[in-house]
Amino acid sequence: MSGMACSELKIIGFLCNWCSYGGADTAGVARFRQPTDLRIIRLPCTGRMDPLFVLKALLGGADGVLVSGCHPFDCHYSSGNFMARRRLEVLARFLPVLGIDPRRFVYTWVSAAEGAKWQAVVTAFTETIHELGPAPRVLDPDDAPLRFKEGREIWPT
Amino acid sequence: MKIGVFVCLCGSNIAATVDVETVAESARGLPDVAYAKAEMYACSEPGQAAIRAAIEERGLTGVVVASCSPRMHENTFRRAVERAGLNPYLFEMANIREHVSWVSLDKAANTRKASELVRAAVEKLRCNRGLQRSRFDVHKRAMVVGGGVAGIQAALDLAEGGLTVALVERESSIGGKMAKLDKTFPTVDCSTCILGPKMVDVAQHPNITLYAHSEVESVSGYVGNFSVKVRRRATFVDWTKCTGCGLCMEKCPSRKGPDRFNERLATTTAIGIPFPQAIPKKATIDPDACLRLTKGKCGVCAKVCPTGAIDFEMADEMIEEEVGAIVAATGYDVFDPAACAEYGAGRHPDVINSLQYERMLSASGPTRGHVVRPSDGREPGTVVFVQCVGSRDLSLGRPYCSGFCCMATAKQAVLTRDHVPDAEIIVFYIDIRAPQKGYEEFVNRAREEYGVRYCRGRVSSIYRVGDKTVVRGADTLLGAQMEVEADLVVLAVGGQPSEGARALAEKLRISSDQYGFFMEGHPKLRPVETNTAGVFLAGACQGLKDIPSSVAQGSAAAAKALVLLSRDKLESDPQVARVNPKRCIGCGKCVSVCPFGAIRLVETRFGTQVAEVVEAVCQGCGVCNVACMDKAIQLDHFTDDQILAEVNALCREWRVAN
Repeated sequence: MSGMACSELKIIGFLCNWCSYGGADTAGVARFRQPTDLRIIRLPCTGRMDPLFVLKALLGGADGVLVSGCHPFDCHYSSGNFMARRRLEVLARFLPVLGIDPRRFVYTWVSAAEGAKWQAVVTAFTETIHELGPAPRVLDPDDAPLRFKEGREIWPT
Repeated sequence: MKIGVFVCLCGSNIAATVDVETVAESARGLPDVAYAKAEMYACSEPGQAAIRAAIEERGLTGVVVASCSPRMHENTFRRAVERAGLNPYLFEMANIREHVSWVSLDKAANTRKASELVRAAVEKLRCNRGLQRSRFDVHKRAMVVGGGVAGIQAALDLAEGGLTVALVERESSIGGKMAKLDKTFPTVDCSTCILGPKMVDVAQHPNITLYAHSEVESVSGYVGNFSVKVRRRATFVDWTKCTGCGLCMEKCPSRKGPDRFNERLATTTAIGIPFPQAIPKKATIDPDACLRLTKGKCGVCAKVCPTGAIDFEMADEMIEEEVGAIVAATGYDVFDPAACAEYGAGRHPDVINSLQYERMLSASGPTRGHVVRPSDGREPGTVVFVQCVGSRDLSLGRPYCSGFCCMATAKQAVLTRDHVPDAEIIVFYIDIRAPQKGYEEFVNRAREEYGVRYCRGRVSSIYRVGDKTVVRGADTLLGAQMEVEADLVVLAVGGQPSEGARALAEKLRISSDQYGFFMEGHPKLRPVETNTAGVFLAGACQGLKDIPSSVAQGSAAAAKALVLLSRDKLESDPQVARVNPKRCIGCGKCVSVCPFGAIRLVETRFGTQVAEVVEAVCQGCGVCNVACMDKAIQLDHFTDDQILAEVNALCREWRVAN
């Protein structure tokens, strides 16, 4: 991509299915060019966004984490985005305490109609991460101290 | 687990910028992947057949399709794998079109990104478990919010289809904008003559309950089982007694209230029926204008009412409605041209907007159908129409075309010729948008047969000189400045979402676009659905449109609601929260954060408390999952393990990529 000298970095996006994921789709349908560093994980709502996912990603090797949900009062589940805002605000304040550059984490609001805004958000955040460079990797993803050890033991398949 | 991975080429949509063979090859190296193949069009009949065949022949127990957005085709593929005997939740999608191939041309980077997304999908799938849908009862009743022509059409179609319908209208009569129009384009039909009978049908249909002068207060529940609170605003007239005789209107001494039906061109009485064809034809008191309600004096209406229907003590009433589907048809508001100071609307009496002009043209309007200058009541010699006021104007935050104003202006120009045969009629326009059946021909008739002069150019200012209103603009085809001394200027105002649309969107939990129009489920394929199951859209609330399109969309929304409620039972989405009672400590945090009241604490046989999810009520947002300190409550299909599996997969790839 133009204007960015170093190679691709790893950015993980957690997107609400109803708005920002649709906004990213809208940007794609409109062919709005974006940097390729972002990998998107779909959530039903940013209210599902556990702050520990951000930590897990940033300690596990991601260079940036982007969370995007619905505008205030636009939540498909009425208040999930407000829950997310509280939780992620607290998380953002704790990141420096944990030795993580807080600029590596951003959360934003993009609706399903805002393809152009999504392009701007992705481009700006990717540029920020490229200015910061690669993050130090603290955890090996294969050993999982932050893994909740839930699922398979408890839910029989 | 035996996983099959299908990488879609989507013709050249994906294949042009992603090397799909490499993606499939990399998938073959992933754990549990038994089979990986590139497909030309995975969603097509042969593509789906190939997936089904692979499941049956190779005994696959999980499928990943890397193609377009799951918002597009997740259900298509879920049905396909289900037909092959697989649980539809043992399926995952990787979005390598909207999020990969369409946003970058760098084939190497795209291919790497696509491979990583496939890996994340495979890792998530390895944590999936089959989920079972349950079935629940539905209310065979629908609600239509908004009684304009779209809402009327939807309500009538629903009622004819055998459902009972609650129609909620904010004003004291249904009819909406169309009831205010004199004629409709391009046939120059009398608007009331074609809408009036439909309004009467609404009033008389045994399946329709009409709540006029009412608003939606709150909405709870979910598809098939919505519970809606309707606020019936106080009318101060007992409608069960009112016969619509109009005697109160004749005697009411307060005659200075703004006449909202006539777009404030005239004043009206404090008590009254908005227009002769109103449905329901019942009187309403405007509490801001009524002398009795504002000053405690008067009460003439109560004395003259032959049925004793007046009730000054009346208060708002709340009504609970249980419905299975909701159609939003809240229409639009006309743009207030006062925001364009250079046009002088509101300052110069002879500058009016197109809806005011429509009332002036109407035989039941404030001038009884005579075209006059509001300043002195004389017939105008020169009438100027200005197009695109509040449309296609970035400086006003309205870059969109309102769609109906070009044709409305052509119609009004033609009618002006009928009303004032020797008037000079000039239209300033940017472009003429006349794409529907018979529209272009109609504009040409206005030009050629009716002698309407069309000037291509935007008006820069309108000002008053003596008793004339001067319109200054340009004729860009002649390349000349224009100054016209007009007697009457009509601003062809565009539309905007109706007041209260945003608040309603919030109550219905549907989204709006950047202007406030309601968002459809898909711009092409789900034009009347929303992303909230059971909520449908009709008319201009979804985007500005003219009468034929509004009627069509009203019928379409009704058809969709009928399809939904034709079933006795609906299948629930099994992606709901689930409690592990062994882990739950009964703290109740999940109960307090749940926006739907879907979780309750129940007592175990040991006397301890444990959370329990009411599956039919849970909408699957996952707020409780995060709140739970012990991770005892997990949102199925988006459990901590599943999401972390994706995070892990993406982090692991990082080492390979660099």
